[in-house]
Amino acid sequence: MTYEPVIGMEVHVELSTQSKVFCGCSNDFHAPANSNVCPVCLGMPGVLPVLNGRAVEYSVLVGLALNCTISRWSKMDRKNYFYPDLAKNYQISQYDLPLCHDGFIDIEVDGKTKRIGITRAHLEEDTARNSHTVAGRESGVDFNRCGVPLLEIVTEPDIRSADEAYAYLSSLKQILQYLDVSDCNMEEGSIRAEANISIRPTGTEPFGTKTEVKNVASFSGTQKAIEYEIKRQTKILDDGGTVDQVTMGWDADRGVTVTQRSKESAHDYRYFPEPDLTPIVVDEAWETRLRKSMPELPQVRRARFMEEHGLSEYDASILIADKAAADYFEQTVSAGAPGKLAANWIMGDLQALMTEKQGTINALPITPGHLAEMIGLIEDGSISGKIAKDLLPEMYDSEKAPGDLVKEKGLAQISDTSVLEQMGADLIEANPGPAEDFRNGSERAIGFFVGQMMKATKGQANPKLANEIMRKLLQQ
Amino acid sequence: MSTITEKDVEYIANLAQLTLDDSLKARLVGELGNILDYIDKLNELDTDGVEPMMHVQPLTNVFRDDEIAPSLPRERVMEAAPKHDGEYILVPQILEGD
Amino acid sequence: MSEPIHLKSAHSLRDAIRAKEISAREAAEAYLDHIDAVDGDVRAYTDVWREPALARADAIDSQLAKGEDAGPLAGVPIGLKDLICTTEGTTACCSELLKGFRSPYDATVAEKLYAAGTVVLGKLNMDEFAMGSSTENSSVVTTRNPWNLDCVPGGSSGGSAAAVSAHECAISLGSDTGGSIRQPAACCGCVGMKPTYGRVSRYGLVAFASSLDQIGPFSRDVEDCALTLNTICGHDRRDSTSANLEVPDFTTSLTGDVKGVRVGLPKEYFTDALGVEIRAKIDSAVKVLESCGAEVVEVSLPHTEYAVATYYIICTAEASANLARFDGVRYGNRAPDTQSPEEMYKKTKSAGFGAEVQRRILLGTYVLSSGYYDAYYLKAQKVRTLIKQDFDAAFEKCDVIVTPTTPTPAFRIGEKSDDPLSMYLSDIYTISANLGGNPAISLPCGLTESGLPAGLQIIGRPFEEGAVLQSAYAFEQNSGIDLGVPTAIAESVS
Repeated sequence: MTYEPVIGMEVHVELSTQSKVFCGCSNDFHAPANSNVCPVCLGMPGVLPVLNGRAVEYSVLVGLALNCTISRWSKMDRKNYFYPDLAKNYQISQYDLPLCHDGFIDIEVDGKTKRIGITRAHLEEDTARNSHTVAGRESGVDFNRCGVPLLEIVTEPDIRSADEAYAYLSSLKQILQYLDVSDCNMEEGSIRAEANISIRPTGTEPFGTKTEVKNVASFSGTQKAIEYEIKRQTKILDDGGTVDQVTMGWDADRGVTVTQRSKESAHDYRYFPEPDLTPIVVDEAWETRLRKSMPELPQVRRARFMEEHGLSEYDASILIADKAAADYFEQTVSAGAPGKLAANWIMGDLQALMTEKQGTINALPITPGHLAEMIGLIEDGSISGKIAKDLLPEMYDSEKAPGDLVKEKGLAQISDTSVLEQMGADLIEANPGPAEDFRNGSERAIGFFVGQMMKATKGQANPKLANEIMRKLLQQ
Repeated sequence: MSTITEKDVEYIANLAQLTLDDSLKARLVGELGNILDYIDKLNELDTDGVEPMMHVQPLTNVFRDDEIAPSLPRERVMEAAPKHDGEYILVPQILEGD
Repeated sequence: MSEPIHLKSAHSLRDAIRAKEISAREAAEAYLDHIDAVDGDVRAYTDVWREPALARADAIDSQLAKGEDAGPLAGVPIGLKDLICTTEGTTACCSELLKGFRSPYDATVAEKLYAAGTVVLGKLNMDEFAMGSSTENSSVVTTRNPWNLDCVPGGSSGGSAAAVSAHECAISLGSDTGGSIRQPAACCGCVGMKPTYGRVSRYGLVAFASSLDQIGPFSRDVEDCALTLNTICGHDRRDSTSANLEVPDFTTSLTGDVKGVRVGLPKEYFTDALGVEIRAKIDSAVKVLESCGAEVVEVSLPHTEYAVATYYIICTAEASANLARFDGVRYGNRAPDTQSPEEMYKKTKSAGFGAEVQRRILLGTYVLSSGYYDAYYLKAQKVRTLIKQDFDAAFEKCDVIVTPTTPTPAFRIGEKSDDPLSMYLSDIYTISANLGGNPAISLPCGLTESGLPAGLQIIGRPFEEGAVLQSAYAFEQNSGIDLGVPTAIAESVS
């Protein structure tokens, strides 16, 4: 039998506000353990939360970018459960009235566009972090993360494959980066994905029993875990078995999903409206103001790159995928480089160089201005493409302008006709054989002389000029 | 008439992370039962169409600016904690899936 | 021989200190000595801050010596209920679980009182986490009524009421969730006021029921009540539910005049449940107000009989979440030798919380649990709307509402401790003002034949504390009622 996977995603995104969602502690999770905590986020007796207005704005921005309806009136609720990483033993979250709901995101898989419904996006507080290995029998808790604003984004069960799930996560991450509301750092856990996966016989309606896969450290890991889960569930059903409703983790080393928690002992979270916080009213004026403040989103930018800079769809897609790369591209173009050439250099040699040096485009020693200057030097014939390829690492290491480096190292192309003519005459005299060959009609012999000339000038001879000069001298 | 059973009391005690011995459990079934019977008085009232009150005052959109305020010195945090190692607050080992 | 220092009202003591007739240190010493003399009987304090109080008094004196303004309550000795967070001493909410807890911050009201120049003498007894009407639920001690040591002082702010009544501090702060200021004030024969919800910041008040809790003062007269309100009221950015409204000078309401004030008597409060003796006191109190020019009108608060049921759903639901944080992880007393978080929670809570706290947590957990939310919690929030609408309608016809504070005077220690429901019903007249968010005061309106105080409650429109104080002051000045020093401690006072 063939089966159709039915997948829904829940993504938790830490919002990159300066301070936490209900207190003034810094959001910086690199700080030493338990140094960014105060009575409020520690749930000390007598404290009260006060909502960070920017966290609300960031949430609404995401909602708008995901084509959601923004709730005119919403509220915060208490979600009650006990866990050592939850300071108050209730999480302030949103239950029945999320800030954003009923949106969608268009993703592309195999060149086809598919719409994934967004059920809701709601604001809540993150929990503390546990370290599980202190002295063997105890766990250590670091409350720095407790109270970091978290946006939970839930999709409809519209995803039908691991590739679609990956495309969804990538598109979502792009949007979040473009909005600049999260640093989207998977390793640090600032974006965390969970997938609910079930399969059903193709062509049938009812959902199968779902499993939940969480705590996966990367998008590609999530993709692999979903692939694995689909195969695992298919085998169970093919063998006449039934799928258990469990929570699973992903063992990246073995490439298998592992049961973490057997059938959810029906949680009873006893949600009720948070009496310490007032309702949130996003009126039309506020929504409009936020909508106007929205930066250009990835899909719009891709279209513009194709139209304005003449990029192919493929090149544009790659560039916009990373906001920093796209920004770098645009800055290079505005510094005077032709779009197509800038794109080629960024996606080619520059990318390779960054990989080699383990650098990132955010902290690149080569400024967009320097890259544009280098492309200009090729364009006006001052240096050859080959020289440019060698120049790039020098620019990276020295952070110097390419023009200065060319002068310093004497790398400028030799375009002085008299110099090259003298050199050509000497070469003909020294190599009577190939000169004879040319006169006998061998076009290939001219290549020999140009090669010799390049060798003698360490590649600095202007190749076009060298060719012309040799032809002229040999024909005399 | 409410009927709260011993099983209900056990269930909510577990949600609230309280341990009740048998005699206390039996007593609470009686006491909570009486209180719930009294509370059932509310069912005399027709509240269809009545808005539930969330806040007694009509305040909305009370926000703070996104500004960093000083945190507590870590020594002060540790001083309050029943068990710690100077950096982390220690609890009995948390097992995955707890 | 002038009047002993501890018999003075806060405002006259403040005036004497400002005039340098009495030093702040003398005032503090007089009160501390008096605490030594009577608190063995009354048991109002859980922690007396002798040295810090004297140091603070000296600081006030040196400020005054330099000619600086030491604040509107300069040198006035006060006490704080044990659930108001202070960096000085401990804040334990009279619970084993928090015994010895030192708050890393001061409550907003504590900051304001320090800024006003008060000298805090210590922390005052209460029912554990403010749950109770007698202070019998304190893990520390049961406070005794200064009018009869065999009787309870009321609760939950029983220590705050008894301390003011027994002259162990000039003013004190308590908190009122369903009557926890007004009921003990009535039982102990002093003035106690719950301001409008949102008038006083709750930041640093250990929460019992967040949508009902409000801090307020105890004092021996209405003027001291107004002065204290001047200090503690006002907007606080740390409390989202705090009202961003200007605070008037409440002493300007103390005119002694109530001409044209419409006093509403809600017929639902004057039923058979009201003891005849208390009823007679209220009837004469109303006559006093009438003789001062007030116009008496009958009003109706038709949902009064549902208030207690509504209250016990909402307050226990909120409390079940508010008290979840007391788990022995970040502070408080953790049960020893536990092997898992669950065992740690269960042992810590079961050992740390008293019976009434556990009962209310269970009730609150039940009314929020899956399948019961709509029937209990949501229903109660709807009835709460009806109760507030009752007040809104009644206040169309009147300016203040006058009722008894309690149906009976203080009961005997142990009398109701085995019957939680009958204990809950002792708040029958005070709970509605919490549900509606209205300001309400209780002030003495005489002694019963058994020599116990009776309380008169005056309820106002939200944020009209001034109107409440105006009527209260007119009654106080014109009734001729002065209870004097409580009988049970009279000997030690003379």
